[in-house]
Amino acid sequence: MSKYILRRLLMMIPVLLGVTFLVYFIISLTPGDVAANILGVGATQEAIIELTEEMGLDDPVIVQYGRYMGDLVTGDMGTSYATGKTVSSEIGQRFPNTLILTISAIFLSVLISIPIGVISATRQYSIFDNVGMVIALIGISMPSFWTGLILIIVFSLKLGWFPSGGIDGFSSWILPAFTLAIASTASITRTTRSSMLEVIRQDYINTAKAKGVSRKIVIRKHALKNALIPAITVIGLEFGVLLGGAVLTETVFSIPGIGRLMVESIQRKDTPMVLGCIIIFAVAFSLVNLLIDMLYAYIDPRIKSNYS
Amino acid sequence: MSSNVDAIKADEIIKTKKRSQSADVWKRLKKSKAAVIGLVIIVIFVCMAIFAPVIADYDTQVIKMNISERLEGPSSNHFFGTDEYGRDIFYRIVYGTRISLFVGVISVGIALSIGGFLGAIAGYYGGKLDNAIMRVLDVLLAIPAILLAITIVSALGSSIINLMIAVGISNIPGFARVVRAAILSVKDQEYIEAARAIGAKDHTIILKHVLPNSMAPIIVYATLKVATAIMATASLSFIGLGVQPPTPEWGSMLASGRQYMRDQMYIVMFPGLAIVMAVLSLNLIGDGLRDALDPKLK
Repeated sequence: MSKYILRRLLMMIPVLLGVTFLVYFIISLTPGDVAANILGVGATQEAIIELTEEMGLDDPVIVQYGRYMGDLVTGDMGTSYATGKTVSSEIGQRFPNTLILTISAIFLSVLISIPIGVISATRQYSIFDNVGMVIALIGISMPSFWTGLILIIVFSLKLGWFPSGGIDGFSSWILPAFTLAIASTASITRTTRSSMLEVIRQDYINTAKAKGVSRKIVIRKHALKNALIPAITVIGLEFGVLLGGAVLTETVFSIPGIGRLMVESIQRKDTPMVLGCIIIFAVAFSLVNLLIDMLYAYIDPRIKSNYS
Repeated sequence: MSSNVDAIKADEIIKTKKRSQSADVWKRLKKSKAAVIGLVIIVIFVCMAIFAPVIADYDTQVIKMNISERLEGPSSNHFFGTDEYGRDIFYRIVYGTRISLFVGVISVGIALSIGGFLGAIAGYYGGKLDNAIMRVLDVLLAIPAILLAITIVSALGSSIINLMIAVGISNIPGFARVVRAAILSVKDQEYIEAARAIGAKDHTIILKHVLPNSMAPIIVYATLKVATAIMATASLSFIGLGVQPPTPEWGSMLASGRQYMRDQMYIVMFPGLAIVMAVLSLNLIGDGLRDALDPKLK
């Protein structure tokens, strides 16, 4: 297993190299003179040229990228154009907030979706199943930033139960976590249901039932474990969606996470900060995918035997 | 002479077969209530987009400010009320339909043609080419789609064209994967081998034999992706990176209405509902199509 993890970690390196290069290249297409932007209105032409040379901005993109990567390997992600602080300190400060938000959202959605998916499958075409699936479909179709606004109107502005934004104690996380969780809850529910439906039609389920195993145990031990594999795949994919969704949720609820940092940095044309944020997002997403693959091996011993 | 007649006959048989195939799919699709509801909603949206100029005049009723009527609630004069500049929200939603549907369809078109091409050659030729293409796409897949779109738009600048490019590019890897998988599932079938045996060229085989037989999953995926693209467009506009005011777009209407939502809830209610209805209808159709195109699946 450790061999497998090591191999997967090594495989991440070329992908992340590709990500940094791609993002660096895309961002370098941004129009506008960086040095002029930093110096502000009224800067002399000489000062702009001097700063451009000092920052190496007149070098070819590939040279600049090489320099950036050289620094990145030593943990230096550069300095913000806007605030003058180092990118890594700013991201380090804000990343925990994004992490709390996405992890509580994925936790919430798994907690809600797996039981609903299982019950829907075992009672296919019942009222519970039909209503559940309609709600799930609507849940998938709601944009998170709109859901967030509606939740703020109802639970914060009208009822006053939760704060409408910022991070101030446990209660301030409830609305954002729910907002972010809705869409992924809906899609995990749908996947759990359909893979459960597939599994309970298998022969070994009939065998177990014929042997007199109770319905509960058949569902829990025989069916659910096998049905979880597609569900886990979707959970992994949804984590990527959640990371992206965090950008919007953080904007709606004014949470100082890296999603909002990225949007603010884009508006300020703060290239090193944007680059840092998106690299962190990509690293987080890749690590989650690795974690998901390890979970497979844990749930399905057949997969594990392929790697040992 | 007789071979000519045979050819014509064969042609006719193929034609009727094709017709009956799509007629079959249509028949099964019609049976699904959900899919029919989705179709009805999307037809209404398409009509709204086409006949927008008949419903309201863009210059005087959609983008022109009218401060004397600002922030009025829904009434018979203004079905969905007016926004902070006194503009009719219903009319703005109608014109917003044009942008959402247009960007949704075009960006999926971009993703489908580029991703489809890459997926098709990767799946058909396999080997090193396949490996190379898929590794490059892995890089794109390592960045969550909406973040990739945000990065691209921020570099290119916010405009409708750039929005389509950004949403399109961020969907390329998904399409490449779906097309590749679809092609892999048919390329070893006997009729492909037969085509190759009679000396058909690679691109003829891919375009005439492989693709038509692997269309089902691609059509379903494309339908669902138009829904995602509409959502992405609204998201980007919401954070200020998409369609710029005063052009009416659902996401940017939500962003600008936000500060008035405490007292004027309708200002964020209706544009949001428009997004939900459009996305929902496409999801319903996509689900229906999946069942209709693959009778084995239930």
